[in-house]
Amino acid sequence: MAFTFAAFCYMLSLVLCAALIFFAIWHIIAFDELRTDFKSPIDQCNPVHARERLRNIERICFLLRKVRGATPGGERKGLREMKQQLVLPEYSIHSLFCIMFLCAQEWLTLGLNVPLLFYHFWRYFHCPADSSELAYDPPVVMNADTLSYCQKEAWCKLAFYLLSFFYYLYCMIYTLVSS
Amino acid sequence: MSAPAGSPHPAASARIPPKFGGAAASGPTASTDPSPAPHQQNGPAQNQMQVPSGYGIHQNYVSPSGHYSQGPGKMTSLPLDSQCDDYYSGLYTVPTQNVIPPSTTNQQPGAQQMYGRGPPAPHIVGSTPGSFQGAAPSASHLHTSASQSYSSFVNHYNSPAMYSTNSSVASQGFPSTCGHYAMSTVSNAVYPSASYPSLPAGDPYGQMFTSPNTPAIRPVKDHSFSGQKTAASHPSLLPPPPPSSQQHHQPQSLSGYNAVSWSPSGLPQANDSLIRNHAGSLNMSSSNPASIVADSSSYPVTQNVHSSKSSPVVSTGVSGVSSSRIPPTANHPVEPTASVTTQPSDLLQQKGMQYGEYVNNQASSAPTPLSSTSDDEEEEEEDEEAGVDSSSTTSSASPVPNSYDALEGGSYPDMLSSSTSSPAPEPAPDPDPATAPAPAVPQPSKLAKPFGYGYPILQPGYQNAAAPLSSGGQPSGQVYSGFQQYPQYPSVNQLSSSLGGLSLQSSPQPESLRPVNLTQERNILPTTPVWAPVPNLSLDLKKLNCSPDSFRCTLTNIPQTQALLNKAKLPLGLLLHPFRDLTQLPVITSNTIVRCRSCRTYINPFVSFIDQRRWKCNLCYRVNDVPEEFMYNPLTRSYGEPHKRPEVQNSTVEFIASSDYMLRPPQPAVYLFVLDVSHNAVEAGYLTILCQSLLENLDKLPGDSRTRIGFVTFDSTIHFYNLQEGLSQPQMLIVSDIDDVFLPTPDSLLVNLHESKELIKDLLNALPNMFTNTRETHSALGPALQAAFKLMSPTGGRVSVFQTQLPSLGAGLLQSREDPNQRSSTKVVQHLGPATDFYKKLALDCSGQQTAVDLFLLSSQYSDLASLACISKYSAGCIYYYPSFHYTHNPSQAEKLQKDLKRYLTRKIGFEAVMRIRCTKGLSMHTFHGNFFVRSTDLLSLANINPDAGFAVQLSIEESLTDTSLVCFQTALLYTSSKGERRIRVHTLCLPVVSSLADVYAGVDVQASICLLANMAVDRSVSSSLSDARDALVNAVVDSLSAYGSTVSNFQHSALIAPNSLKLFPLYVLALLKQKAFRTGTSTRLDDRVYAMCQIKSQPLVHLMKMIHPNLYRIDRLTDEGAIHVNDRVVPQPPLQKLSAEKLTREGAFLMDCGSVFYIWVGKGCENSFIEDVLGYPNFASVPQKMTHLPELDTLSSERTRSFITWLRDGRPLSPVLHVVKDESPAKTEFFQHLIEDRTEAAFSYYEFLLHVQQQICK
Repeated sequence: MAFTFAAFCYMLSLVLCAALIFFAIWHIIAFDELRTDFKSPIDQCNPVHARERLRNIERICFLLRKVRGATPGGERKGLREMKQQLVLPEYSIHSLFCIMFLCAQEWLTLGLNVPLLFYHFWRYFHCPADSSELAYDPPVVMNADTLSYCQKEAWCKLAFYLLSFFYYLYCMIYTLVSS
Repeated sequence: MSAPAGSPHPAASARIPPKFGGAAASGPTASTDPSPAPHQQNGPAQNQMQVPSGYGIHQNYVSPSGHYSQGPGKMTSLPLDSQCDDYYSGLYTVPTQNVIPPSTTNQQPGAQQMYGRGPPAPHIVGSTPGSFQGAAPSASHLHTSASQSYSSFVNHYNSPAMYSTNSSVASQGFPSTCGHYAMSTVSNAVYPSASYPSLPAGDPYGQMFTSPNTPAIRPVKDHSFSGQKTAASHPSLLPPPPPSSQQHHQPQSLSGYNAVSWSPSGLPQANDSLIRNHAGSLNMSSSNPASIVADSSSYPVTQNVHSSKSSPVVSTGVSGVSSSRIPPTANHPVEPTASVTTQPSDLLQQKGMQYGEYVNNQASSAPTPLSSTSDDEEEEEEDEEAGVDSSSTTSSASPVPNSYDALEGGSYPDMLSSSTSSPAPEPAPDPDPATAPAPAVPQPSKLAKPFGYGYPILQPGYQNAAAPLSSGGQPSGQVYSGFQQYPQYPSVNQLSSSLGGLSLQSSPQPESLRPVNLTQERNILPTTPVWAPVPNLSLDLKKLNCSPDSFRCTLTNIPQTQALLNKAKLPLGLLLHPFRDLTQLPVITSNTIVRCRSCRTYINPFVSFIDQRRWKCNLCYRVNDVPEEFMYNPLTRSYGEPHKRPEVQNSTVEFIASSDYMLRPPQPAVYLFVLDVSHNAVEAGYLTILCQSLLENLDKLPGDSRTRIGFVTFDSTIHFYNLQEGLSQPQMLIVSDIDDVFLPTPDSLLVNLHESKELIKDLLNALPNMFTNTRETHSALGPALQAAFKLMSPTGGRVSVFQTQLPSLGAGLLQSREDPNQRSSTKVVQHLGPATDFYKKLALDCSGQQTAVDLFLLSSQYSDLASLACISKYSAGCIYYYPSFHYTHNPSQAEKLQKDLKRYLTRKIGFEAVMRIRCTKGLSMHTFHGNFFVRSTDLLSLANINPDAGFAVQLSIEESLTDTSLVCFQTALLYTSSKGERRIRVHTLCLPVVSSLADVYAGVDVQASICLLANMAVDRSVSSSLSDARDALVNAVVDSLSAYGSTVSNFQHSALIAPNSLKLFPLYVLALLKQKAFRTGTSTRLDDRVYAMCQIKSQPLVHLMKMIHPNLYRIDRLTDEGAIHVNDRVVPQPPLQKLSAEKLTREGAFLMDCGSVFYIWVGKGCENSFIEDVLGYPNFASVPQKMTHLPELDTLSSERTRSFITWLRDGRPLSPVLHVVKDESPAKTEFFQHLIEDRTEAAFSYYEFLLHVQQQICK
């Protein structure tokens, strides 16, 4: 029974994994909110609703932004938005895992995480909109296939994080006990 | 209605064709002599239209239904949109006015009746122009109530001449079948009726229905219409709850008219102008030419009224205003607008009128016996949208003869009868096997090969498919209304074969499956235009179905499962043109718009009535109750026939939405022009053209009395123009802080068009010269757009941006990204996407504020359209691009701009629109194409909608459709018309479901497929790369043909076989590959390419097809053979030539119709007679290089040529510019690049392409 670096990695990742699960759930909720809309055309035709709806979509898209960029009026609420952006923290937390596991020489765990890491890299550098800093493009995100893709992505990530949570738990105990 | 104003009454009655007279039982009255009192001619008939009280029968003149003269003697095929061609041109001669809908069983009984939503009495009066007056002098009093609601309008139309115009339309055709109705048909001038939500000066909710507990008038039974109504609405007879208002209103309505010719009864005048008003407003919306003429003709009068009304504080003494800031150049001293004579009485008048209307509404809605309370309860249960208060349940509908079919010349039914009696002659010399009585025996494939296409081979697969269907193809649902939902197969085949002549390509089913060996068929292109295939539905449904011009599906036979669709390898999607200019459109005013409770589908012809009181939604299959109001059919005046209602008889209808559909007052029409005035722009000289066009069309801008207009110009600074009424001249306010744009004054930058007209005219006159000496070369487009956004956000509306160069200052500045050396690169084409997000974000903001931005790019250099276009793309605007525009150096572009502007300024417009597309459960939409913002998975947010906007939707099949035989699609477009009405236009398309692959192939609509593929390819080339998109296009051909080859046909793979329905597919794809948008290897400027892509995304199918595959005609030997007659002109119909240089002979002259441009190619050896007679030059050598007009010569061939070109031009949104190209002139490359079947250095010829495809298939 020894408190090795690997055990520390697992403990830390256990905590951070909870955060990742939160992010994934948040994504799911956000996309669900995007998808569901009132079917009432009265509301639809209401310009106030139109604006709210648009803001909502934009807000969600901005929340899912990769980096803080200049938006119209972005200077004003820049600080708030910086706190709110969720994509980059998720990606960075996940890459932190990978680095830690690399250092701890936990090859199996690293191997499990590498595909997602690469996916994140791809997602980050291959944005849907040309030159957009958004990971999700407001005019496009409402297209049903884009939306369903995003939803599926979020669900898959949630499942992955949940599984890895228990896996980290197991590994943590295992390393603590075995060594 | 479209007749020139002032057409005499005699003409009206004279116009009634004999057929009509025979059809209508009241023929004598209908075809009366040109009596001096023409109104009376219809009086008797009208009196017979008795309606149970409470239902106002509105005779609704729905849109210009009168443009097609389809009298028996004139079975002409008209260009699809010929009526909307020349606005205001007065081309519409008298005879064209009468629609004589062919009398057929399934035609709507007459175009005429419209159930009034509002008070019955006023509507009746308002809608039946002349007829009532004959009935009783007192009838004229009715008008008063109607006119109240339109008080604002009424005043505008004061020219007495108009009345005659309107009344002249009183003869509408009627089907003979509705016998009991025949009497009324005579007089049914279908007028727009008083169904407008009364939105005069500013009160959006002026019209108040409801309150059934008002003093009841009297239970009217079968009284004569007029008498009853008179009682109802005559002020003096009415027991008025607020009597004072009543008293107000009559004198007012009288005073509102500058009645020039005061008719004896006095009040009829009011009626007249009311009608005019209706006509005008409706026509505006339906883009009727003449109505706008009427509008403008009465304009001067309008001004007074407007000014007094909408700004109550108007100070007449305008001159006193100190013009402190006088723009340096605009020195036109403006006289204190004398026209603004405020009449205090007007104000009163407006108020009183509205009030009075309210009263009348109450009164007249009271006797409605049918508005039972149970109805209300049902509605209120969960209906959050519409019809919450449905106490006044009058509904008005103007069932117009279902005449879409008639658009192509000859009416549907007539064609039908003719074609059934005698097999339709095949128009093409094409050896059509269908006509040959060949045994339908499956031939061995080897036999078929030598003969090429010559065998009418029924595919074995097809037969298999047909057999079970023919035995068991039964209507699946309980079809109450007697629709045979899925008729037996053979019968359909017979029908469709007998319908062969109906639309030229609607070949019978086996025909569309006839295998065509593409590599051996030399003349693949038919010589006649390709029409949309007709879905394989029962005859009833076919007739009811939506016009393919508005609504098309790529597969007219929907596959049952996604697996089947995947097997077919064909794209599934819809092509929409929802706001198309329609000649006939039933407008329904009803308080309870009947919709499905769960999916909110509007009731449509394809629902099934389970019994009298319940209907089953055809999209979600929920069983709904039929509202009480709906049970009554005002057309037949019968109760309990909900399936005869106009909503159920027309697949394209327009509802006038009640106030439940709006939570804010409908916005006024607001137009803002943002003009580039930098050195470059002044140099190009577009300002002159724009200002001239605006000046000419200022009165024709769609809108009502609230219309507002504003101007912003920019170079490195932004200039605003204060046009507040009262100023002696426009004030220019300059904002130089472009980093933080602000509005210099809170108001008076957007001013009422009518109040400040003089100032606006001054400004427009001064603008072209104001900046002549400018040295400013920078362009701060981004800040100007931000300013425009700020200016527009309170109301929403339309921003028209004119830009001539790359924006170089402030937010949204762009750098040149084009490398000229890469223009003809075959490899990567970069920069198809935007360089910055600025424009996209701004567009989204605009969209949220219901503002659309239309971009006119007039640039001689690269201007990064890819970035700039975003401003229009996401705000539902439109994009115009004039490369190398210069007003003197490039006259053809200048002419094009002029014509485009005319159309742009005067076309119909809808504001704050949303469009929802619904489809039968099991199908789902996933990607939308067009200019809009997708606000929800099936809802498109359109800040503006214009008649030239097309949309495309991709579909997927989520659940198996095995339990249904029909699927339906419904588009509902909710918009605010320029008159401030909330309207919903609904299109419904019904298609059969098939289970076999052969049937899927049989129903391919190749044009729709190509347009959808083009849209998808644009997306692909932006998101991925151009070469990817090109590969995808080629793969689409390869996949579909190989899928067909492997699963359906048994032919050996050495031959490239396509079903007849798909035979043009490779040709069109090749055309796409050679389109500017997708071509590689040929030098293409980036902006040109991007513009072509924008057009592909936003053009409707008809125009897009011309762009993709131009039509080529030989015009030096036009004959009258097969000519059609349009407006008494003979239009020759030369056969289509394939787009290949082999068809061009040196001895000929050819016309190429590319949609937005026409080329006439004159061969070197062209006969001198043609050059002399048509071009007006003695010989070939003397024809100038740049020639854009054909002279009006008095020779037969010139006349033929010109009438042919005019006919082609008609109905185009963008009037094409004509170029005469000589064989040896340098401009001929322009012409030759459209010959897509030929080989170029960079691309395949058609035959090579086929070989390439074949090679790919065999791989």
